[in-house]
Amino acid sequence: MKGKLVLQDGTVFRGQLFGGANATTEGEVVFNTGMTGYQEILTDPSYCRQIVTLTYPLIGNYGTAKQFNQSRKSFVGGLIVGEVCEKPSSSSMQKTLAEFLIAEKISCLYEVDTRALTRKIRSSGTMKGVIVSEYTSQGTIDEMMALPIRKNVVEMVTTPVSYTLDAPDGAPYVVTVDFGIKKNILDALRKLGCKITVVPAKATAEEILALNPDGIFLSNGPGDPKDVPNAIREVKKLIGQRPIFGICLGHQILALAMGADTYKLKFGHRGSNQPVKNLETGKVAITAQNHGYAIDEKSLAGLPVKVTHISLNDGTVEGFRHTQLPISSVQYHPEAAPGPNDSVHLFDEFIFNMQRFKP
Amino acid sequence: MPKKKNLNKILVIGSGPIIIGQAAEFDYAGSQACRSLKEEGLEVVLVNSNPATIMTDVNIADRVYIEPLTVEFLTAIIEKERPDGLLATLGGQAGLNLAVQLAESGALEKFNVELLGTSIKAIKKAEDRELFKETMEKIGEPIPESTIVEDIHAAIDFANKIGYPLIVRPAYTLGGTGGGIANNEEELFEITLRGLKYSMIGQVLIERSIAGWKEIEYEVMRDGNDTCITICSMENFDPVGVHTGDSIVVAPTQTLTDQEYQLLRSASLKIIRALEIEGGCNIQFALDPKSQNYYVIEVNPRVSRSSALASKATGYPIAKVSVKIAVGYTLDEIVNAVTKKTKACFEPSVDYIVVKFPRWPFDKFVYADTTLGTQMKATGEVMSLDRSFEGAILKAVRSLEIGVNRLHMDKMDEWDDEKIRKRLSRIDDERLFLIAEALRRNIATPEEISDITKIDRWFIDKIKNITDMEVRLQKGELNAKTLREAKLIGLADKSISELTGVHVDEIRNMRKQFKILPVYKMVDTCAAEFEAATPYYYSTYRGEVDEVEVSNKRKILVLGSGPIRIGQGVEFDYCSVHSVWALREAGIEAIIINNNPETVSTDFDISDKLYFEPLTTEDVLNIIDKEKPEGVIVQFGGQTAINLAASLAEAGVKIFGTSVDDIDRAEDRERFDEMLTELKIARPKGISVTNLDDAIIGAQNIGYPVMVRPSYVLGGRAMEIVYNEEELRDYMSRAVKVTPDHPVLVDRYMQGTEVEVDAISDGVDVVIPGIMEHVERAGVHSGDSIAVYPPQTLPSKVIYTITDYTKRLALALNVKGLLNIQYVVADGKVYVIEVNPRSSRTVPFLSKVTDIKMVNVATRVALGKTLKELGYYSGLVEPKPYVAVKAPVFSFAKMQDVDISLGPEMKSTGEVMGIDYHYARALYKAITGAGMNIPKHGCILFTVADKDKEEMKQLARAFSELGFKIVATEGTAKALHSIGIDAEIVGKVHQRSTDIIQMIKLGKIHMVVNTQAPGKHIAKDGFRIRRATVELGVPCLTSLDTAWEVMRVLTFMRDRRLVYSLAIQDYVGGGDALA
Repeated sequence: MKGKLVLQDGTVFRGQLFGGANATTEGEVVFNTGMTGYQEILTDPSYCRQIVTLTYPLIGNYGTAKQFNQSRKSFVGGLIVGEVCEKPSSSSMQKTLAEFLIAEKISCLYEVDTRALTRKIRSSGTMKGVIVSEYTSQGTIDEMMALPIRKNVVEMVTTPVSYTLDAPDGAPYVVTVDFGIKKNILDALRKLGCKITVVPAKATAEEILALNPDGIFLSNGPGDPKDVPNAIREVKKLIGQRPIFGICLGHQILALAMGADTYKLKFGHRGSNQPVKNLETGKVAITAQNHGYAIDEKSLAGLPVKVTHISLNDGTVEGFRHTQLPISSVQYHPEAAPGPNDSVHLFDEFIFNMQRFKP
Repeated sequence: MPKKKNLNKILVIGSGPIIIGQAAEFDYAGSQACRSLKEEGLEVVLVNSNPATIMTDVNIADRVYIEPLTVEFLTAIIEKERPDGLLATLGGQAGLNLAVQLAESGALEKFNVELLGTSIKAIKKAEDRELFKETMEKIGEPIPESTIVEDIHAAIDFANKIGYPLIVRPAYTLGGTGGGIANNEEELFEITLRGLKYSMIGQVLIERSIAGWKEIEYEVMRDGNDTCITICSMENFDPVGVHTGDSIVVAPTQTLTDQEYQLLRSASLKIIRALEIEGGCNIQFALDPKSQNYYVIEVNPRVSRSSALASKATGYPIAKVSVKIAVGYTLDEIVNAVTKKTKACFEPSVDYIVVKFPRWPFDKFVYADTTLGTQMKATGEVMSLDRSFEGAILKAVRSLEIGVNRLHMDKMDEWDDEKIRKRLSRIDDERLFLIAEALRRNIATPEEISDITKIDRWFIDKIKNITDMEVRLQKGELNAKTLREAKLIGLADKSISELTGVHVDEIRNMRKQFKILPVYKMVDTCAAEFEAATPYYYSTYRGEVDEVEVSNKRKILVLGSGPIRIGQGVEFDYCSVHSVWALREAGIEAIIINNNPETVSTDFDISDKLYFEPLTTEDVLNIIDKEKPEGVIVQFGGQTAINLAASLAEAGVKIFGTSVDDIDRAEDRERFDEMLTELKIARPKGISVTNLDDAIIGAQNIGYPVMVRPSYVLGGRAMEIVYNEEELRDYMSRAVKVTPDHPVLVDRYMQGTEVEVDAISDGVDVVIPGIMEHVERAGVHSGDSIAVYPPQTLPSKVIYTITDYTKRLALALNVKGLLNIQYVVADGKVYVIEVNPRSSRTVPFLSKVTDIKMVNVATRVALGKTLKELGYYSGLVEPKPYVAVKAPVFSFAKMQDVDISLGPEMKSTGEVMGIDYHYARALYKAITGAGMNIPKHGCILFTVADKDKEEMKQLARAFSELGFKIVATEGTAKALHSIGIDAEIVGKVHQRSTDIIQMIKLGKIHMVVNTQAPGKHIAKDGFRIRRATVELGVPCLTSLDTAWEVMRVLTFMRDRRLVYSLAIQDYVGGGDALA
């Protein structure tokens, strides 16, 4: 049926509403420029409650398969695409994208001029939007629009209880704080032989240290890092205790814990083609990114921190390390899925740090 | 300033003539490279033998050498120019091979020339099969089990070990020349022998065939700091087994999961690092559709056809960035030319789908084998962009100019279901259309088709979406809803008209009424993430918002020339680009429409706006509706553009230059004859007929032999000389469909000297920059003849007459701009053969040698300037003191089953130029540049038709006096004995001891002079002899005229140095006149 996306500023983009009149949704509208990996994007908890626009117009070509899921379910607020492929083709396929959307109860607006929408977001910045049927009353739309952007997204996506992924004795032991972790991070660590205990976002420093890990990993996750003050407080206590490695939200929380500041980007970085320059080697890696916030570089002045990576596109901070302690973090996603594997070696460095500083 | 401080002067090697496997993409890459070097303040020395290119323009490089691409000439140029660096990765395989040879000969070291970019070591690691295999094994990248052999026994041994099918690929060749798939020992034997011959290093690779797997390509870049990025991924519609140059290709990949995509991307980066390439490279993979197993198939350590495609597909200028890397920049120091804000160090993200479709020459080579395999056969390609595969493939198909506007070929309507089903397994140029027909008629399900063809289901289902829509249109009523749906699928108005019976104009009106209009989107490298400055657009019906900002400046539309094919080559792109430049120079906004990704014209910074769209009336009118230009220039885009003139004019569009009615007067036989009668200018007697009986009577009246052809043609399509009624009947039934709408022309065939003229007229004055005389007498297509400027044998009276006729014809046709006239001079009398009121194939050549910017002048004239205002006066411009020879280049090695003997049908794919103060050396340069290896001594085989025996005697005597040994077939030998030449008799094919083919194979014959008996019935022996010469690279002259000139060259070159080179700037500037 006919549907539309109404943006906060009143702009309307028309399309077809997948799943009928009840499939309405609201959330912050963002865009991702990756040309592959729609399922990984849809199951990345960092997109919790966001309406994701995919700029590549042909989506669903290879269907979906369990193995590509990045979390236990999809947390996205909605999906906006050009075309949902009706007859996908891939030997790995288990469900079509349409079946997946139904199963995950994701509302989707398709046959949308996603390029025009992307240009809109690029020029006006990310903003709230609602996906409704063409016939939804203005009153309903206004009501939906008035709902505030949720602040408890980390709480929604984190694991409710701790769990452990075992490994043989002597394996490096990582406690991972789950702010909305992607499965591929765990896979990357396991591939390197780590034993991992995943703890909920609300875990305290004491609880974490009680596990006596070799290192602590701060995961990616959705939303504004300042919306998880507890985590910032606990991480502050962890500094100096163990090697720490953070990714994305974990990187921002780490920075805030060290006394730096973060701010919201106009339209964020979301895609699989983001160039990041390693200031120590001069080399550039293409990275997968998904973040709406960034560390304020100026706020790092005077802190025992060295910026190690910057975005080549806009010069924003993409990675830093502590000048004395084995603590480092990156804003982008070395675990890929979706995206390039160019930076997967960062996990090796983390393991190396853990071994070097083994208590 | 370049990063490398020691560089001041750079030598760039071009790719030479257009041949199959090496087309206009290297003009695009090369001219981009030269401009990029100049941007850095470097002095650029360019060598390329191909005059039809933009890169050989004097404004592209500081020193332009149009000289043969051989080690001898290059060494001489290096010695003279003393460049600091050499850029060799932009001239295709030809340029790369030459660089390797120059390094090996010691020339680079001797003159202290640094090879920029990818090193020789790296080139060899990628190109030499054994080294490549070693490198891949070292880094753990899988390659198919294979072996390198240098003889046939090793090949058979390997086959016995791993079984069939096997792929055979020669090392160091162009477009896979000489390769193939062997299914049994016999085939292996044949293909291996051929491959060994074509390989520059006498090696072929034999490997397990992975035919049927997905073929995936990545364009990768690496800088000196080891930063690597991929520019574009591409998926071949046709699975492994069809040369990628002959495959339909989409970008980005469509059916790969992110995991598969990243798997191959990571492998690409690993490979480019291991090979230590600095610049761009292309990597091809085979991916098992059923698992994640893959093999690395091939790496091209240079800019390639695929990189030109990737550049146009994404907007990322690979050649330009490669050059910057070569002069020392790292990727993060280079600005993204599209966004002007971000850096070149990123991976383009596109938000549309790109389809590339090959253009094959089978319309010209009707007897050629149309099946596709590992040997490339396409001469050119088209590209299209849309927001759906359906839309993009339909755009591509209607860009091809093969008489189809959707996935439907009329001839298949007559095929029964059984035939369609059976042919599905055949891999040829029509397979896509056959699949569509099978789906349309429900002969096979998408699944079955995918099983048979191994083409991914995804593509087949998309094709079915198109045919389903067609069926709906055929059955249902055309209303706003169905029309909208049909346009969303991407069907052309013309297709919808065919399917519904509603007139195409009516459909256009309906579309306007219901606001079913395309929107135009920008190609910006970044999927709209950043603001971009590229004026590069494509249309789509799948969108609401149009991004084009229409200016209110004075603007004019230039129509490009579409895909490169025989008869319409890079020359017309040269003309289009110059016309665009002329408009911009005059302060007019120049908008170009074209669909050829290989060309300079589709480089986004050539015009003010580039629309990458099919060149059909509908697509062009949509753009005109949007942009509302003052008018359209059609005279530079070859027949493609000219063919659109009438329909555009009918729609009320202003055509600048010669009017549509006057174009018709030149092209319509009767109107043309009327005009000639009025002007009292003679033409070979001829008539236009619409049925067989009239043809027979007409031919009798004219007298045999007659030249027959359909009206309205380019490149002598389906043109033949027939010698009697039987042949005429055969021609009329076989080669053409004669109908009242499509008459056939029957002309007297005159054996005279052919002369070609290009002129510019403003309606008052007519400037003739130069006259070209053809070496081969009339009967050989002008595009296949050797042309000489200025004429060497024409008496001044004839030149006077030609000048006079040209002027009168131009004025009578009210030409405003360029025209091209072909004359034949017989017994001192001048006849007109044809007049083309447009730019021609010879315009770039003539512009270069006469130093007259013909297209620029013609464009200004078309816009209303007079020649006098531009400083030109009526008449023939005084000839220059030097001679320029244009020689055709053929791609016969790629096309088996094609007869190489020359005739009225054009067969050449490209051209080279030789220029010198001495005619004979200019000719030598042209012939050498064309790749003909003239022997200085040895044995020449003569086997000529009876009609030529008399003339041949003197020729053979001359060669004999030069010290050549003469051998001849029996009849020819007898003729030679009669004048006392001791010609050894060799047997025809199969007479064992003296079998000619065997002798050629054994290298006992060094040149062949062979003319065909009159008539078209293929003399099998002659054909086999000619083919054998192609396979073994032995020069074969099929016209006595060419043979005479070769003899003259040989005579002259005895007492002169062979290598003498001078830049074009020196010739036209008049310096250094003493050779």
